[in-house]
Amino acid sequence: MEHGGFFEQAFVYLAAAVIAVPVAKRLGLGSVLGYLIAGAIIGPFGLALIGEAGQDIMHVAEFGVVMMLFVVGLELEPALLWRLRASILGLGGLQVVVTTAAAAGIARLLGLGWAEAVAVGMVIAVSSTAIVLQTLEERGLLQTTAGQSAFSVLLFQDIAVIPMLALFPLLAPRGAEVAGGHTWVDGLPAWGRALAVLGAVGGIVVAGRLLLGPVFRLIARTGLRELFTAAALLLVVGIALLMSQVGLSPALGTFLAGVVLATTEFRHELESDIEPFKGLLLGLFFIAVGASIDFALVGSQPGTIAALVGATLLGKFLILLGLGRGFGLSGEQRGLFAFALPQVGEFAFVLLAFGSSLGLLAAEVASPLVAVVALTMAASPILMLAWERVVAPRLGTREVTAREADEMHGEAPVLIAGFDRFGNTVGRFLRANGVPTTVIDNDSDRVDVLRRLGLPVYYGDPTRLDLLRSAGIASARVLVVALDEPGRNIALVREVRRHFPEVRIFARAEDRNDAYDLMDLGATQVYRETLDTALRVGVDVMGALGRRTHAATRAARTFRRHDEAALAELAAVRGDRARLLGVARERIAELERMLQADADEPDLERDAAWDPTTLREEMRGT
Amino acid sequence: MPRVLVAFAHPALEKSRVHRALLAAASRHPAVTVNDLYQVYPDADIDVGREQALLREHDIVLLQFPMYWYSTPPILKLWQDLVLEHGWAYGRTGHALAGKSLACAVTAGGPREAYEPGGFNRTSIRQFLLPLESTTRLCRMTWLPPWIVHGTHRLDPEQITRAAAEYAELLSALAEGRIDPVRVAEADELRPIHWTGGS
Repeated sequence: MEHGGFFEQAFVYLAAAVIAVPVAKRLGLGSVLGYLIAGAIIGPFGLALIGEAGQDIMHVAEFGVVMMLFVVGLELEPALLWRLRASILGLGGLQVVVTTAAAAGIARLLGLGWAEAVAVGMVIAVSSTAIVLQTLEERGLLQTTAGQSAFSVLLFQDIAVIPMLALFPLLAPRGAEVAGGHTWVDGLPAWGRALAVLGAVGGIVVAGRLLLGPVFRLIARTGLRELFTAAALLLVVGIALLMSQVGLSPALGTFLAGVVLATTEFRHELESDIEPFKGLLLGLFFIAVGASIDFALVGSQPGTIAALVGATLLGKFLILLGLGRGFGLSGEQRGLFAFALPQVGEFAFVLLAFGSSLGLLAAEVASPLVAVVALTMAASPILMLAWERVVAPRLGTREVTAREADEMHGEAPVLIAGFDRFGNTVGRFLRANGVPTTVIDNDSDRVDVLRRLGLPVYYGDPTRLDLLRSAGIASARVLVVALDEPGRNIALVREVRRHFPEVRIFARAEDRNDAYDLMDLGATQVYRETLDTALRVGVDVMGALGRRTHAATRAARTFRRHDEAALAELAAVRGDRARLLGVARERIAELERMLQADADEPDLERDAAWDPTTLREEMRGT
Repeated sequence: MPRVLVAFAHPALEKSRVHRALLAAASRHPAVTVNDLYQVYPDADIDVGREQALLREHDIVLLQFPMYWYSTPPILKLWQDLVLEHGWAYGRTGHALAGKSLACAVTAGGPREAYEPGGFNRTSIRQFLLPLESTTRLCRMTWLPPWIVHGTHRLDPEQITRAAAEYAELLSALAEGRIDPVRVAEADELRPIHWTGGS
């Protein structure tokens, strides 16, 4: 088989992913394993559809890891970190340190050098965020004590990967230079390098605050969606370059940049623009890893591999169990915690690839480890099944476990997403009338107040499906979509409609364009947030000018009916126009159509009720 | 089969045992369209076009409401003001309703005796409804006497069930044209005897 042109290569990779990933998900193995299997199948030890090109692909794919860390940084919510600080630092920190130490010790006993053993220890210490979070979410266990603890540990691991990546070059044997030639800081003394790093990070903070907003707004005004995406990519690539120039790893650099940019208003835009690239490149990365698994090696020593897999799972399991006891998890929660996290995670592949390229990990160490890591990941769905079917029922405390004192699980018929000035009026009104409501909001101060008052409230990003699930969307009759960012309202409606076609969605829209999008996505009712207020102003103006207020009020109602009918009609004719004309020009054109529609409607002003004109004419015989 | 339009007006249905039962009976009836005015127009913002279309599509209009201050709840008066337009329902060119019939299904808190000549109110319910009767005539429609549930405050659940069953019979009789307007013209109220064929 020729490993020829770009299209052939792209076809092989994409086809492998598109076939293997759904199958793996279907079998409950998760997407990461799906990519690995796809890689193994098309790799040199499988169908050999890809050859040396795999190495080139690897370099591209590693950028997926850089993007992943950028997104991890973006998603770090300071408030969440603070709330979970004890379990993140305590539980997460201890898990990483103890596991690393234990695994390194065993590796040393097996005859590895110190540096290599420590590197192996770090590789083994990380668990799979992707697999565990997905598993816990699917089972609605994320809100349990065990779920929260697992979440904390995973969060710590995600962050710990950064210093690990920074540590690997230091562990590497001398002479093995980090890839990449000259940087700006080559000739500088240590303090100069430190200063350069601080300067770069400071520069990102300042530029993120001051420049990013205007620039992105400028780009948004062109109305070209792809330009926005290009700008987001440019940002990540630029930061990666800058960071390597000051001597940081691109991954560490983009992670820091992500944290810095997490507090800017463009956080969600950046996230949603980077997300598909991140996903695709990460998928590519995992395929490349799968293709690099040396099955000849695995096949030649199946006993060793099996023993390593077993030892890894058992060792991590026992450490987790011990930590769970130390941190006061009850019996069943401790079990769940330990059953959820013993696999080795996707970051291990990153570390293994990085370690190999540094010459820190020899091929005969790294190759079997890749297989071991993949096998522990494959084992985790089986472990969860064993926990659910065999172990948990014997512990016999199922009903009592899943709830924390302040986690009221949602049976309320109404779910309100977003509790700022808009949502809180809706919520207060409903509660005043005895309608039970559950609130999802991601302002921690607001959530604290609501919790103190004993209201059922979930803290977090309301557009997250897992959070909606635990808040009870599946049993809710109405979802009020009331976030203050139109883009997120739209994302929320899209998600909910796809997964819960039954629930009625009452959505807040900022303007007409929002309203169109929300209507297209299947919101049951759409409310433009300024329409009623603006009409009330109009009524009061007419009243102030001496018109009868009753007539003015009736006229406003007629006008609103007309406007809503026109909205539905105009929704049909927009579509591609916005893309063709650009958003700004389309808005003007739309205003013109609206005014025209007002002029075409003769009865907007004339209220037929109590109008004796025709009667008078008939009486006079005219 | 002539179709019956029930124009229903109760501002607080959740507090009325009798009207809930009656409305349920009407909603179940295959020949009946229920138009729940307070539900459709919570802001009393009546859609005249919709109402006129409904009237056009039905042969018999039945106004179902509780007596408030010897009259209808306010939305029914507003409904007449807005929907029965000059040139449409009445006037030289207003023939849209000509030939149709109009009746009322009324509940009253007081007992039947209170609405007899020597009773507490001195006047029958039919007489209290005289403005509606005149409206009916102005619109060239046929007026039928009201069907009445008396003494609603004292009804027990079983009596309410019986009233709802009788209401369902009335609706069927109206839909099937079994009530002769001439024969009931002078009656104070419609009673089962008017549609069971007895004398």
